[in-house]
Amino acid sequence: MSARTEKAAAATARSAPRTDRPGAGLDVRGLTVRYGDGPDAPAALRDVDLQVAPGETVGLVGESGSGKTTLALAVLRALPAAGHVDAGSVTLGGDDLLAMDPGGLRELWRRRIKLVPQNPLPSMNPAHTVGHQLAESLAPDRPGRADRTEIDAMLDAVGLADPERIRRSYPFELSGGQQQRVMIAMALLGKPELLVMDEPTTNLDVTTEAAILELVRELVRGSDTAVLYVSHSLGVVSQLCDRVEVLYAGELVECAPVDALYDAPRHPYTVGLLDSVPLLGRTKRDAPLRPIPGRIPDLADLPPGCVFAPRCPAAEEACRAERPALEPAGKDRLVACRRWREIADGDVSARQPAPDGAEEAAPSDGPALRAVGIEKRFETRRGLLDRLRGREAGAVKALRGVDLEVRTGRTLGLVGESGSGKSTLARAVIGLEPASDGTFELLGEPLTRRLERRDREVIRLLQMVFQSSDEALNPHRSVGATLRRPFMRLAGLDRDEADRRVARLLESVNLTAEYATRRPDELSGGEKQRVTVARAFASDPELILFDESVSGLDVSVQASLLNLLDELQRERHASYLFISHDLAVVAHLADDVAVLYLGQVMEAGPAETVLAPPYHPYTEALLAAVPRIDPHVAAARPPLEGEVPSPRDVPVGCPFATRCPRVLGAVCHDEPPPVTVSEDGRHRIRCHIPRDELVELQEPLVEEVAS
Amino acid sequence: MTTPGGGGAAAAAPPAQRAPLAGVRRLLGELYARPTSAIGTTLVALFVLLAVIGPWLAPYGPTEQILSDRSQPPGAAHWFGTDRLGRDVFSRVVTGARDIFLLAGGGTAVAVAIGTVAGLVTATLGGWWEEITFRLFDTLLAMPALLLALLLLGTLGPSRSSVLWVIAVAYTPIVARVVRSVVLSVKTREWVAAARMQGETLPWILTREILPSVLPALAVESALRFSYAIFLVASLGFLGVGVQPPNPDWGLMVAEARDYVYLTPWSLIFPAAAISLLVVSVNLAADGLGRALRTETR
Repeated sequence: MSARTEKAAAATARSAPRTDRPGAGLDVRGLTVRYGDGPDAPAALRDVDLQVAPGETVGLVGESGSGKTTLALAVLRALPAAGHVDAGSVTLGGDDLLAMDPGGLRELWRRRIKLVPQNPLPSMNPAHTVGHQLAESLAPDRPGRADRTEIDAMLDAVGLADPERIRRSYPFELSGGQQQRVMIAMALLGKPELLVMDEPTTNLDVTTEAAILELVRELVRGSDTAVLYVSHSLGVVSQLCDRVEVLYAGELVECAPVDALYDAPRHPYTVGLLDSVPLLGRTKRDAPLRPIPGRIPDLADLPPGCVFAPRCPAAEEACRAERPALEPAGKDRLVACRRWREIADGDVSARQPAPDGAEEAAPSDGPALRAVGIEKRFETRRGLLDRLRGREAGAVKALRGVDLEVRTGRTLGLVGESGSGKSTLARAVIGLEPASDGTFELLGEPLTRRLERRDREVIRLLQMVFQSSDEALNPHRSVGATLRRPFMRLAGLDRDEADRRVARLLESVNLTAEYATRRPDELSGGEKQRVTVARAFASDPELILFDESVSGLDVSVQASLLNLLDELQRERHASYLFISHDLAVVAHLADDVAVLYLGQVMEAGPAETVLAPPYHPYTEALLAAVPRIDPHVAAARPPLEGEVPSPRDVPVGCPFATRCPRVLGAVCHDEPPPVTVSEDGRHRIRCHIPRDELVELQEPLVEEVAS
Repeated sequence: MTTPGGGGAAAAAPPAQRAPLAGVRRLLGELYARPTSAIGTTLVALFVLLAVIGPWLAPYGPTEQILSDRSQPPGAAHWFGTDRLGRDVFSRVVTGARDIFLLAGGGTAVAVAIGTVAGLVTATLGGWWEEITFRLFDTLLAMPALLLALLLLGTLGPSRSSVLWVIAVAYTPIVARVVRSVVLSVKTREWVAAARMQGETLPWILTREILPSVLPALAVESALRFSYAIFLVASLGFLGVGVQPPNPDWGLMVAEARDYVYLTPWSLIFPAAAISLLVVSVNLAADGLGRALRTETR
């Protein structure tokens, strides 16, 4: 059963009439939710409608602070203690959920509504086996008598090949992808009327995400379950949902069938969201991102007119004065914008202005960083008993001979699934976790392995930005105190001069000088990440490592950060090693790309050669798995199966052979593959299949779906 | 999610320069927000006042014997009565407060100082130093504090400075453990790695990057240690191996009055009540402190 037929079938199901039973499915009307008491308490949701018919999948999108989680929690009757429904109704199958007593709620949660959360592990009981918990959700009253064959059938349906073993496992013994499959199995076992999925694939690798989405699509199709899918990812929603609701600052701004929404967004916020997402096949050179300026308003201090007006490129006086009504805008569509007709007719552009043209970067003059044969071993500890038994100390090889090069003034994007060794490599370069073997050269000079042994000048030249901006800033020090240090310590300035430079630095990352007095807990996620970027740039470094530095941010925040990184690079001619699991982001920003798998570079070269045929089969699988932001296309092949093998147990031959869809035979499993180099010497592929054959094997990664 | 991580901070005026006293004021506000911690804090403050001005408050000298007024019940002349030797119990309790604070407080301070440095440095560095230090501390912790104290006092001989050192030795490992547990969770934070990447030195990382996160837990632990130290001083006095007669030590007073509990119960009740009240108030204050610091770091 190919992905193609799946998607086509889903498309036909989509066009079929949805429901005939009155009151079936989820029906939310005029819902207002406040946090805190009194009429002045901030309303996190204001007058929101939502309908999900049986068999329908509705996506709920918006950035943090949009109210999508509050809406999902209100539907689940699981609002936090401070939150309460102020007005409106929530019914499921005609029953009023808001009026239910504790007994009714228990029955509701046991049988009729199920949740698949973002993090599966905290939702499972660590003291019970997975089998026990599955039995509980199938037969809440008598888990001991639950039908085991039904459980096994469900485990099989969610793609867990060895149900017996899974049932006996405890949750923590499973991988993240397996845990999420178990959660889905648990949710579906009771055949719920409503399934709420809250960012279920956000923490998963792109390959696992693709597999889970495929699974959800297949399981939900033809069933009577209504699915509410909460996500910040426009790509995932476009691939999975029938209809989409866009929330902004607690209000419904647009609601439309998925094709219509993506083909012709009417609300400027929807337009801005779509323009903020990097698309595969577009780069910073030909399609700069257009982030939405500013940020979501404070609920306690909402603008008087349209809530989006302060950030809207099409806002006029009337927009700021008067709140727009949600009005029908075509078949099955609603939009809350005064000017939607002008936007639909093309008389007014709802697009944010593009950033200043990307002028050509200065030519690159040789490598900023060269890594040759980098290895990293983690010794496993040998306890006393192991010693007595004469057991050897084992070593896990996280990096197995990595060669790569970052050109000056350019960006090398490093991609791979979790466990590929991306972060280990970054930490080895910076010296936090010194490499076990191999050499690094920074601007032609060999680099001492340990950070603490490096000269201050080397430290100055090499900086890093982490993923989590929450952890990267000391919560006890002000922004100014944090940023002042590199100037004093690495540039040798006195305190006054350092403070002046801090002010200039803050402006160069699009913050204002007054941010110097703030503490990290007074900043939003995007602002914190700007401060960590500023800290990295303070010492005027040559090479900056970014370890998932834009992951976990809202799309418009991510877009403005990506634009900032590009701008700073052109201004200062800095070189980047940019690590991300998001291929679309890497494709947008990187000049060169390296693909890492189990501590080895499988493919490397200029972005336009790596992201175009001939692909390494692994690169090909990664690219195919990226959810396209276009409901009209779908992946042309089934998602990659299995998971990255443990680095303790690396296959003898090609590390990818265990999952490779193009595996040739014994040779792949038994012999390490050769590295073949393109004619110009810039593109490397590590594969047994010869280059010219790889070229012939290529098929399109995505295909059109009939709608 | 709806907490305005967003607009709120942007719209708010830049916070004024943090006055050094603002933190203290906020802390006091938190302490007085709940009746229990308010009572505890007030009582501790009163006890401190007593320790400072006690000798001037006492109508009689702590060892002064009024032989005509022996074994008097509480009354106008002697508020807490007199003991079998004719000493004024009120004067003895009031004067004794200072010793309790000096010994229990001093011992706790030494334990906190050594424990913090040891825990901070060895836990940050890790490796052999940490192993050696904490195995040594574990050995000390294996013995009940009172037993350890008896052993040490048997060697050092009973004196006030010995009591102080005994408290220091008994509580250093406990403080070090608390510090270590916080350091272990903080030292892997990315802001510490970021400081290393900025070429910061070890002393800077210890004092500026890690220590501030340890302080809340350390403050609460210090207050708790202090309340246990009060008990320890009193217990040692009671057992006769701590502060020696005729000093007005509360524990010692209880021990001396024990044999005559039917004749002069007041000479036992008042010092015992002082010990209990002080310990309870310190605990209440410590509890409030922990709560206040938790809300602040959140």
